[in-house]
Amino acid sequence: MNRQGRPTAPGLQAQGANESFNTHTGHRGLEHEEPVIFEQGAEGRCGVDLPDPGAFEDCLGGLNRHNEIGLPGLSEPQVIRHFVRLSRKNYAIDLGIYPLGSCTMKHNPRLNEVIARLPGFANVHPLQPVSTVQGALEVIDMVAHWLRALTGMPGIAMSPKAGAHGELCGLMAIRAALEDRGDARQKVLVPESAHGTNPATAALCGYRVEAIPANVRGRVDLGILRERLDETVAAVMVTNPNTCGLFEDEVIEIAEATHAAGAFFYCDGANFNAIVGRVRPGDLGVDAMHINLHKTFSTPHGGGGPGAGPVVFAKELAPYAALPHVNAVDGDYTLIEHQAPAAEESKSFGRLTAFHGQMGMFVRTLTYMLSHGADGLCKVAEDAVLGANYLLARLKDVMPPSFDGPCMHEALFDDRFLIGTDVTTLDFSKALIDEGFHPMTMYFPLVVHGALLIEPTETESRDSLDEFVVALRGLVADAQSGNTARFAGAPYLSPRRRLDETAAARAPVLRWSPPATPEAAE
Amino acid sequence: MRYLPLTDGDRTSMLAEIGVDSIDDLYADVPPSVRLDGLIDLPLHQGELEVERAMKQLAAKNLEAGAAPFFVGAGAYRHHIPAAVDHLIQRSEFLTAYTPYQPEISQGTLQCLFEYQTQVALLTGTEVANASMYDGSTACAEAVLMARRVTRRKNVVVSGGLHPHYREVTKTTLRFTEGKLTPCPPAPDGVEDLAGLIDGETACVVVQTPDLFGNIRDLQPLAAAAQAAGALLIAVFTEAMSLGALMPPGEMGADIVVGEGQSFGNGLNFGGPNLGLFATRQLYQRQMPGRLCGETVDADGRRGYVLTLSTREQHIRREKATSNICTNAGLCALAFCIHMALLGEDGLKRIAQLNHKAAIDLAGKLQPVPGVEVLNKTYFNEFTIRVDGRADRIVESMAGQGVLGGVPLSRLCPDREELADLILVAATECTTDLEMDQLAAALGKAVAS
Ligand SMILES: Cc1ncc(COP(=O)(O)O)c(C=O)c1O
Repeated sequence: MNRQGRPTAPGLQAQGANESFNTHTGHRGLEHEEPVIFEQGAEGRCGVDLPDPGAFEDCLGGLNRHNEIGLPGLSEPQVIRHFVRLSRKNYAIDLGIYPLGSCTMKHNPRLNEVIARLPGFANVHPLQPVSTVQGALEVIDMVAHWLRALTGMPGIAMSPKAGAHGELCGLMAIRAALEDRGDARQKVLVPESAHGTNPATAALCGYRVEAIPANVRGRVDLGILRERLDETVAAVMVTNPNTCGLFEDEVIEIAEATHAAGAFFYCDGANFNAIVGRVRPGDLGVDAMHINLHKTFSTPHGGGGPGAGPVVFAKELAPYAALPHVNAVDGDYTLIEHQAPAAEESKSFGRLTAFHGQMGMFVRTLTYMLSHGADGLCKVAEDAVLGANYLLARLKDVMPPSFDGPCMHEALFDDRFLIGTDVTTLDFSKALIDEGFHPMTMYFPLVVHGALLIEPTETESRDSLDEFVVALRGLVADAQSGNTARFAGAPYLSPRRRLDETAAARAPVLRWSPPATPEAAE
Repeated sequence: MRYLPLTDGDRTSMLAEIGVDSIDDLYADVPPSVRLDGLIDLPLHQGELEVERAMKQLAAKNLEAGAAPFFVGAGAYRHHIPAAVDHLIQRSEFLTAYTPYQPEISQGTLQCLFEYQTQVALLTGTEVANASMYDGSTACAEAVLMARRVTRRKNVVVSGGLHPHYREVTKTTLRFTEGKLTPCPPAPDGVEDLAGLIDGETACVVVQTPDLFGNIRDLQPLAAAAQAAGALLIAVFTEAMSLGALMPPGEMGADIVVGEGQSFGNGLNFGGPNLGLFATRQLYQRQMPGRLCGETVDADGRRGYVLTLSTREQHIRREKATSNICTNAGLCALAFCIHMALLGEDGLKRIAQLNHKAAIDLAGKLQPVPGVEVLNKTYFNEFTIRVDGRADRIVESMAGQGVLGGVPLSRLCPDREELADLILVAATECTTDLEMDQLAAALGKAVAS
């Protein structure tokens, strides 16, 4: 038993019982097997009541739908039960620490959800007359103001839909600015440790990608960067703090060298959470940086999205930012949606999305900003960094960190501690699931072997961090003492055991199909 | 600070455990010259009550769709969202989960995605769909990039009936790549010779139905022409609800079908977030952008789901990936999936009919208004009217009368003087007879003045 009175020895009894009999239903207590929705429908059943439109002559030009769609009919209680049962098969930040490095899985304040659902925000159309949406434009302008102040950068594009979209916005502005001075250039330098979206974005922007290796301290190798910088380089794309969880301590030199070569300095701001309120990227010489509002500013990840990725710009790039943008004059807001042909000051590279950006995320972000204030945001960064360093301190004797010194908001380990144990990074991480945790990010970044990247965030209590440490130290001890049965094939206690990803990719089944009927089979 | 669990006591003891004196020591790698010594000049933290008050004041400055007769569409539509949808998407396990990288503890999200992909394929009349894109416009641009990969050709023909935002986003996305984009001018009657623009270099033709002006397009001849020339047909829709009433684009021969799915389960939200639907032939599934969820089995042989074909994606393929997308529109896809589950076969068909009927009734009420002409012969729930006068001024004047009366084409195509007297007007299942009468009255007044 631990001090909360919970048994800490694996529930041998329970496990034994689990294996000892099959249930008649396939369910196991509170864990329900749930068929796909297409296997539950019945003809003539519906979960909404709609009036009968009656007979009328249509105006579809003869292009009516003739065939069945194939959707199942369910009532509301069935639909609720289906999705609630499914929801229970998910891990979530509301259930426990979600230490996915680089993802900033922090608490999502519920006030933000309430505010985003106010009809004055949720039920407003993007193409209503501007006179009827002054509050919405003011929200965009306020978020823009906060982001500019926090980053110390004067320009902004609010429309990008996520981080990767923000990268595209940033690089396109860079390319437009370079072409404007008759100097398109051909390539973008990206550190080896970069997130996959960085090279993918550079390629989408028509650039060749050249990788810059990390030095022994886990930072951009400045010497090599300097060698590679020449008049063919359009931009250097650096994540800071980087994906090893380290602050690029030579960032000012990187910026200077980049600028000296006539290139622009793009910063991937996915890890802004570590420095918000304490360091302004504008002071580091950054020319463009996206900010993942779904990371630093707590908008929920929603099982994959939506997010938002506004981009801040230095003065030189600001005129090239994506359309649209909001203008404020004496509390009167206007929306610039098109390039004014004559306007010299706007050289925007164009539009990146329909409408004006992720308003639902802006409302949540502003609510978060007002809740924290300048003082609270600074504490966010400090507690995030404190939590990660605390984990590092509590783990480093059994899990040597990949690099020396303090980390920022996340701690990077590699698989050295597993050498000679028969346990892989994957097995080790999956065993965490049996301990009740979501695994950390694994095999990323690519600069160390078998990476394990842990980002606790500032919204974990000390008890939560301590419990996570207990689990990790216990697993290390198990692995190193030869007690490795629980690793091979882990997890054992999750709604599903390890899934066959190879089979899934070999013959992909991407949709449900009705089972072949006996007649059809004949 | 209510969201920060660490106490000052915790902080002190944690610093001691780390072996440093102060938090500043943990920022030792930040060059001293750029460390801020004070707070940034922004307001200080506030309690829930104060924040709620401030945000409510901002919300009150907007005229929300439910507070006025409302006819605005052009790519975002007001529909009734059943209460169950928002309840379910606020379940912590859906709302606060990350992308399902660990399938053993993400079967909830994954099975929903599998169901969503199936629904999208069924609705669009295609074989496979992905797990969502940011919105219809970016899905459109990604479809063009995919068509280029599939055909290994570069040029793109774009219908004048494609939503101007979609056209612009596609143009921006292609801006720094090789190849020619040939846009047709917008034609309010929906008549244009796209087939005549296809040649041996054409990768794809992009056409929207219902088109920008609301006209319903028969894609079959164009699909045949594209196919004959070795090009792909990309069919776009901005109103997914129309798929409940219309012959699906896949059935008409489209190779890639993309569009905006906001109408199902997702509110207007001033235009974001929204939901990009993306569907195609199975033959091309390995060329698709974005996440894909696939069925498999676990170590015990039980059915389960995983993200699959990830060797297309940026985290594996980096600069050779099919797209740079990472975060997508997961929760919006879930909302779509739940709304679709509630509707089912009968509900979807019926709600589509209700939308169509509302538009027919509205057209009937607007046609007699002096100075107003309904242009469309075909439409679903949105059509174009020509007014005597400048459309933007008339829409503004109606707003002054408390009526949100539609979208002036000049808002979308400011450089097209010939469209300056056109307004797009949409009606949905939410539109009442009374509101239609109010629009007719406001429009009559605005045109006359
Ligand atoms: C370092 C880094 N860069 C870029 C991204 C991409 O951001 P998004 O998923 O919002 O597109 C991520 C997150 O996934 C990231 O961790």
